Amino acid sequence: MSTTSDETKAPRVASGASTAAGPRRRRSLGGYLFMPVVLGLVLLFTYLAVSRRDLSPTESSRLAFDYIVAKTVEHLELTIASTVLVLVIAIPVGILLTRSFSRAITPAAIAVFNIGQAVPTIGLLFIFAITWSIGFVPVVVALTAYTTLPVLRNTMVGLTQVDASVIESARGMGMTKLAVLTRIELPLAVPVIMAGLRTALTINVGTATLATFVGAGALGELIVSGFSDVSPFITIVAGILVAVLALIVDYLAGIAEDVLRPRGL
Amino acid sequence: MTDTQDTAAPESGAAPDGGTIEIRLEGLAKRFPGQREPAVDDLTMEIPKGEIVILVGPSGCGKTTTMKMINRIIEPSSGRIFLDGEDVTKVNPDQLRRRIGYVIQQIGLFPHLSIANNIATVPKLLGWKKERISERVDELLEMVGMDPGQYRNRYPKELSGGQRQRVGVARAMSADPDVMLMDEPFGAIDPITRDRLQNEFLRLQEQIKKTIIFVTHDIDEAIKMGDRIAILREQSHIAQFDTPERILVNPADDFVADFIGRGASLKRLSLSRVRDVELHQWPTVEQGASHDEVHRLLEDSDKSAVLVLDSERRPVKWVNADHLRRASDGKALSELGLPAEAVVQPNATLSDTLNEMLSARYSTAIVVDSSNAYQGIVDIDTINETVRSLRRAEQGRLRGGDDEDEDS
Repeated sequence: MSTTSDETKAPRVASGASTAAGPRRRRSLGGYLFMPVVLGLVLLFTYLAVSRRDLSPTESSRLAFDYIVAKTVEHLELTIASTVLVLVIAIPVGILLTRSFSRAITPAAIAVFNIGQAVPTIGLLFIFAITWSIGFVPVVVALTAYTTLPVLRNTMVGLTQVDASVIESARGMGMTKLAVLTRIELPLAVPVIMAGLRTALTINVGTATLATFVGAGALGELIVSGFSDVSPFITIVAGILVAVLALIVDYLAGIAEDVLRPRGL
Repeated sequence: MTDTQDTAAPESGAAPDGGTIEIRLEGLAKRFPGQREPAVDDLTMEIPKGEIVILVGPSGCGKTTTMKMINRIIEPSSGRIFLDGEDVTKVNPDQLRRRIGYVIQQIGLFPHLSIANNIATVPKLLGWKKERISERVDELLEMVGMDPGQYRNRYPKELSGGQRQRVGVARAMSADPDVMLMDEPFGAIDPITRDRLQNEFLRLQEQIKKTIIFVTHDIDEAIKMGDRIAILREQSHIAQFDTPERILVNPADDFVADFIGRGASLKRLSLSRVRDVELHQWPTVEQGASHDEVHRLLEDSDKSAVLVLDSERRPVKWVNADHLRRASDGKALSELGLPAEAVVQPNATLSDTLNEMLSARYSTAIVVDSSNAYQGIVDIDTINETVRSLRRAEQGRLRGGDDEDEDS
């Protein structure tokens, strides 16, 4: 369920070079630096390619630094807003659906969230455009509908995989149900929940490119303008930018995973 | 129900009123939804203060359900539970559980918490001060034979099975509960470690004198660990509730006799401990002594060998005249003879002692005290005599009755 793990690709550098991360560190310093360096190089080459090329007027307006930054910010806003919404929905619902009192409705609830993921986001966006509205909010809603399921499912898997004997001993020592949830079950489920969140984030970065079709801008606008202006160059650069953004977000989520994973696991 | 006075629960072992009964189960029953037969049917039993009471029976007899009703992990369908005279059937179960130690077979340590934090669980729930918790954690780790400096900051996955089990016991004792519930606590541990942990636990219990309900399906463990054994048949009906001695000597019915199984004489050896039998003395010398001194000792005694002790009186070697003859005159006694194996402590059972002798191929076992200093000797004749006297006692009780199995 987890996305590409860069620890496998990372070259092993002798540890002990850095003491900054302390015992929580899961990778060597080299492992942490590998991805940023690669992404930095990709951006550098892209920048060089753009600056050396003889740009047409449309190309130079589309590939202007300020314009790209503005579109990237829009893109990130969509991604972050939808991911926060996913967290706010999926984690509490996941918790509720794994409590003993809700066992009966769990399959039905999962089915509802399944629909969200089964409907193509682009279709959802057009339905919203016709029946409701266009712009930022409908895009966030569509992205949220699409990526709630992986986080919800991981929350539930993370909570249910906690060893029953651990929960029994916690209850047996007189911890309340709420204390067992917050101090035992959730910390132990964090790695799995985080993996789901990482998946959702990466999907959202990619899917947010569709926002341009309903007037919410973002980097998709750049990709599409490559078609309308018949400039494959713009499309390629925009595609690289989206891919790099997705990888950066994934990289940061990976660090968050390492930091939040409880010690002893 | 009677009003709940649990807030001022007596913490100390010296109970003001309850007398000698710690736990009373009254007509306790459990029916699980969707099952025709109750899992536990109308169980009434009294558990004396400071004793280990074993619930033993075939699987599915309801022994675990019974135990879990005492701290209400499983809520009884009917009946009442009294803890030290107080009806706890309806009190807040979370509050109740903080007064009862709980150890399960899988231990269930919290993998994301350090050993110290695992042990500190209940003290934290009770709102103890930090320093008090920290002191208590160190004290408990020492009590179960683990060095606090080395282990308090480790995580459960870094411990062996035996160490986890010790931490589980330490955690259950953290708030010094009067009552502990143990559900096959040694069940998932290899036989050698299990034996050691059982002995350690019995030694610990001599100091802490908790009231312990201990569930097992292993009659040998029951005989070894129990002050009293309740042998349960299906639905937790008590087939016999008595001391191990009386159960072995006088099983109430065929079910009990079957459950004890054959080899009852050998099992009886698990009931007698080294400290209960008379120790023989043996000629001993310090390891610095001269060969002449050994010769003199051997001439003066009827034994064929002497036991060599070190300066702390710990046994080192067995040396006989033959060994001396073969060695050059000045050779130290500690370099001669046979190793002093088969060493037991006074709380070892005769069954363990016999085992030690057999594996060392000696006919004697050396008894040492807790600092491993020499106390005396148990020999195979002593063990033989004990078996014989136990059997005589049994036959006396059976009043010349029928054909009790004459094994061994």
